[in-house]
Amino acid sequence: MPQGDYIELHQKRHGRRLDYEERKRKKEARAVHKRSKQAQNSIGIKGKMIAKKNYAEKAQMKKTLKMHEESSSRRKADEDVQEGAVPAYLLDRENTSRAKVLSNTIKQKRKEKAGKWEVPLPKVRPVAEDEMFRVIRSGKRKTKQWKRMVTKATFVGPGFTRKPPKYERFIRPSGLRFTKAHVTHPELRCTFCLEIIGIKKNPNGPMYTSLGVMTRGTIIEVNVSELGLVTPAGKVVWGKYAQVTNNPENDGCINAVLLV
Amino acid sequence: MAKPLSIFHRSLSSNIEQEASEMEMNTVMCLLTDAEGTPLGSAMYIPHNAGHLQLTNLVNTFLNNEEKLSYSFYVSDEELLVSVGTYMERNSVSVENVLKIVYRQQAVFRIRPVYRCSQTISDVHEGEILCVSFSPDGKQLASGSGDTTVRLWDLNTETPMFTCKGHKEHVLAVAWSPDAKCLVSGDRDGKVCCWDPSKGELQGNALSGHKKWICGIAWEPAHLSYPSRRFVTCGKDGDARIWDFTLKRTLIVLSGHTRAVTCVKWGGDGTIYTGSQDSTIRMWEITQQGQGILKHILKDHAGWVNSLSLSTEYVLRTGAFDRTRQVTCSDEEMKKIALERYIKAKGKIDSLERLVSGSDDFTIILWEPSVSLQPKQKMVTTARLTGHQQLVNHVYFSPNGQWIASASFDKSVKLWDGVTGKFITAFRGHANCVYQISWSPDSRMLLSCSKDSTLKVWEIGTKKLKHDLPGHEDEVWAVDWSPDGEKVASGGLGKALKLWKG
Repeated sequence: MPQGDYIELHQKRHGRRLDYEERKRKKEARAVHKRSKQAQNSIGIKGKMIAKKNYAEKAQMKKTLKMHEESSSRRKADEDVQEGAVPAYLLDRENTSRAKVLSNTIKQKRKEKAGKWEVPLPKVRPVAEDEMFRVIRSGKRKTKQWKRMVTKATFVGPGFTRKPPKYERFIRPSGLRFTKAHVTHPELRCTFCLEIIGIKKNPNGPMYTSLGVMTRGTIIEVNVSELGLVTPAGKVVWGKYAQVTNNPENDGCINAVLLV
Repeated sequence: MAKPLSIFHRSLSSNIEQEASEMEMNTVMCLLTDAEGTPLGSAMYIPHNAGHLQLTNLVNTFLNNEEKLSYSFYVSDEELLVSVGTYMERNSVSVENVLKIVYRQQAVFRIRPVYRCSQTISDVHEGEILCVSFSPDGKQLASGSGDTTVRLWDLNTETPMFTCKGHKEHVLAVAWSPDAKCLVSGDRDGKVCCWDPSKGELQGNALSGHKKWICGIAWEPAHLSYPSRRFVTCGKDGDARIWDFTLKRTLIVLSGHTRAVTCVKWGGDGTIYTGSQDSTIRMWEITQQGQGILKHILKDHAGWVNSLSLSTEYVLRTGAFDRTRQVTCSDEEMKKIALERYIKAKGKIDSLERLVSGSDDFTIILWEPSVSLQPKQKMVTTARLTGHQQLVNHVYFSPNGQWIASASFDKSVKLWDGVTGKFITAFRGHANCVYQISWSPDSRMLLSCSKDSTLKVWEIGTKKLKHDLPGHEDEVWAVDWSPDGEKVASGGLGKALKLWKG
């Protein structure tokens, strides 16, 4: 690499060689062969790099050639015939395809059969029994294992009295009993602390529903007289369903969303 | 005319009265009128037990018919199937009133109803069958399909004869010329192809002109020009174009509609009717200089006009071909025969054909040329036929012009009187939308095809279902009854073409 411009200076002063043009021309002509020889004989990483570069150039060249070939003169376009031939009187009409209609009707029937409600959390992770209950050993030698203690949040009604301890199979600790829930109205987006009236359904099973266990996804009934809702007939609404959205045993509070 | 009639009258009535005195029955005062109201003779006494046969004899004698033609009799729009006396008793009509009996000529020939599928041709068409059409002489059948071909079929062996390739998109419409020598088809690209049906070859190139798909094709009637040369096509782009078959180019473009033109019909007096999605019907005329001018706009519909039908449509379609006549006459003679048939179908010489249009607004309108003194003949709404609960897809006049049948997406086919527009009966039986209808050439039977993959044959006389023709795998989109009444062809979503026989 020249460290100055003495080469250019000499060229300016004395001009170039007399056969410079010819030599240049011939060298450029030979460059193609040289390049090809290099590409063929290089080995290792160098060869791979050269090959990659050459391939990229080739692809680009093909693209530009194709672009140039696209002439502006109209040619017979051999397009494939469209699927779904329909007679003229049906062409402008949007007919739902038969399959869609059938699947819709089947889905409708299934829904009606299952009697599903539309809830914000349609599916929840199932809770296993050993997660829900803890085995309590009882008896003089602590060998009897028929008692269970609930480890999740529960709701017991206001008039709840325990069964005699000797016969009580399921223990609901008072520390895990809740009476109020933080209920969010989905449209108004505000949260109220409302009393729980009862447990409607626990998705893990009817046993948990009857015990009053509240896990994520449980439908509970809350007292909404605070909100001041009125039915179209004019009567005051005081109970509405809500679905639990958090894991109360972890948080220590019940968050629910109102089902409107 | 009065004197000879009265002589007949007296002799006949004396015969009848003799019979009456023999039978010791009462007589009834009756007045026989034809469909348009002109009375046949004066009011006369007819015995109580005069039934269909005696009335037919009477009418034949009065009209001096050489051959005994068959008639059907209607009293206050109900068919008279029992003897006059029984009818009077049943409906407790007073004997003192003159009973008006309307007689209608029925076709001389009787078509056998189709009830069996003679052939199912399954693997020939690779696409859905979108339109079928018999040639006017009933010898050939053409079907257009979603695999872009038009196929011609041999009706004697019921096998495919020619495959006509020339379209690049689905073939939406096919139409035979009234002289059965030319076939034209239109496709989804807007291209029109002219075919030679005897060889199945494309004549010329695919003609382009329409910018979007073609919805309908209609030929100029045979009595206006023989051999047939001009035809009109209508398309989604809102234009109707008149083409010349021999020159292979557009002659006139009739533009004016703002939305797609769904149907076009060439009337017997030269007027072209186009019905469109902009809910208007336009009447066009071709002047001597070869210009197409708009005559009238008929604006009474509130929704898309889906289908048009003229009262003389069947005759215009079949041209000079009767059920029995063969094509042996010269061009001039064929034109004359076509003209005779046309006049007979119209009714009186100075009356014009009626138009009926079916629309998306669930109604059908029967149009009649107005009798006012305006220089241009305008169509006026005679009757708005309501009753359908879904859009009306297809309306069709019966070949004798007496009835109108309408097919609707509400799964029913309704029958209306062709002159007054009065509702006669509804044919129910289909399980899904009814798409198209076709009449038998003697106007005694009606065929309907539906989305529920069946065809049904309905009888007009008894107003009931005659035959149910199941067998198609999927929706049936096109149906046609051959003009000689022998065969029916149907096709649809399942790619099989079915031929049915009596």
